[in-house]
Amino acid sequence: MIADPIVRVSGLRKVFGRTLVLDGVTLDVRPGEAVALLGPNGAGKTTLLKIVATLTRPTRGTVTVAGADTVKDAEAVRRLVGLVAHGAYVYDDLTALENLRFWTTFGGRRLAERDLRSALGDVELESSADERVRTFSHGMKRRLGLARLALTEPRVVLLDEPFAALDERARKWLEEYLRTVKARGGAAVMATHGFGRDLDVADRIAVLASGRIALDRPRDGLALEELGRLYALATEEAS
Amino acid sequence: MTFARRAWAVAWKDVLVERRSKETVNALLFFALLLLFVFQFALGPDRERLGQVLPGLLWLGFILSGLLALGRTFLVERENDCWEALVSTPGDKSAIYVGKLLGNLLLIFSVEALVLLLFVVFFDVDITHALPALTLVIALGTLGLSAVGTLFAAMTAGVRARELLFPVLLLPVQVPVLLGAVKATEAALAGEPLSAVAQWIKLLVSADVVYVVIGILTFDFVLEG
Repeated sequence: MIADPIVRVSGLRKVFGRTLVLDGVTLDVRPGEAVALLGPNGAGKTTLLKIVATLTRPTRGTVTVAGADTVKDAEAVRRLVGLVAHGAYVYDDLTALENLRFWTTFGGRRLAERDLRSALGDVELESSADERVRTFSHGMKRRLGLARLALTEPRVVLLDEPFAALDERARKWLEEYLRTVKARGGAAVMATHGFGRDLDVADRIAVLASGRIALDRPRDGLALEELGRLYALATEEAS
Repeated sequence: MTFARRAWAVAWKDVLVERRSKETVNALLFFALLLLFVFQFALGPDRERLGQVLPGLLWLGFILSGLLALGRTFLVERENDCWEALVSTPGDKSAIYVGKLLGNLLLIFSVEALVLLLFVVFFDVDITHALPALTLVIALGTLGLSAVGTLFAAMTAGVRARELLFPVLLLPVQVPVLLGAVKATEAALAGEPLSAVAQWIKLLVSADVVYVVIGILTFDFVLEG
């Protein structure tokens, strides 16, 4: 029996001023599934993620997460979803540890310092725990943002260019983390441009082009060359 | 309890960020110093005239430096898109308002204490007899200023012309607070008891209550809008 989708996007349309960004997007993500969202720049990948995360309202259509509507029941959706978009959501003038302490307290949780340090250790930032984020490289900030995300234990993980600026160890940690999310019945949607290893953890590939899902198929058995050909065809047809 | 902890976390974070960056406090102190120089030159040594305009000048200094501080309230949230994470974290959003208000009050009170000290030095006035009453009036006036300022700063945070829009929105709403604060300060500096200006104190307290309640009740809509 196929499980009900944990994320259901139906007829989603989004217009910013006169610009049509999403035009009737329909996409289901089931528990235990990771969907890689591919598409050219400006295709609407980030907008789609932000609508699922309740940060942007749809112009038309609906998005539900575990049955909760992102507009009518945004608070319920927020309890289920975790997003890391372009910004890492960290304060430059706080230390890495202070950032995690702030976000967990603000999220209504009280974690012991050893748990916060352990989360930093997971992303190889333990030795920088007491350093100000201002001194961090872009990759270190991304790792800290991912540690923040992991501490919130979301059921649905939304990532925008998740592997960008990550070194090999951080990439492996993220892949492992996403497998854990899937194993416990959660799901992930990752917007990416990468055709290579970025897709290793994905179960499905969805191509977003000209505001529509131009291709949606399982990752299994899909060679990179074939994917490249399908991607080119889908984006060409959509435009 | 969670609400208080969340609000405190926001206030603690803002104070810590400001203590380390000193971006706002340095600019405010420099601005206050410049303002005092201008007042000093404009008024000259005429002590009688000074006594008449001092309450107004004091509040002009507080309001102008307050405008600068309040306008920057949400700039820190634009760093690494923290604003998005604040909005998407589940929980009562008015805790952000209360936290930001607390942080602003701490910052503005510190600057006002220094501005007051500089006034004493620059204009050679003795305020020791008026200090308890003056402290109360400044606290009430600053709460009214910060309560609306924090709300309007959130409303204009994402607007391109926010530097222009923020004072244009804020100043008209501040009229009752300014009137009450200047009148009560005038009485306090003249050595009169605050009971002599009870109607102005009542106006200040009412404005504070109304502004804080409106801020708490509407912040969610402001943030989600």
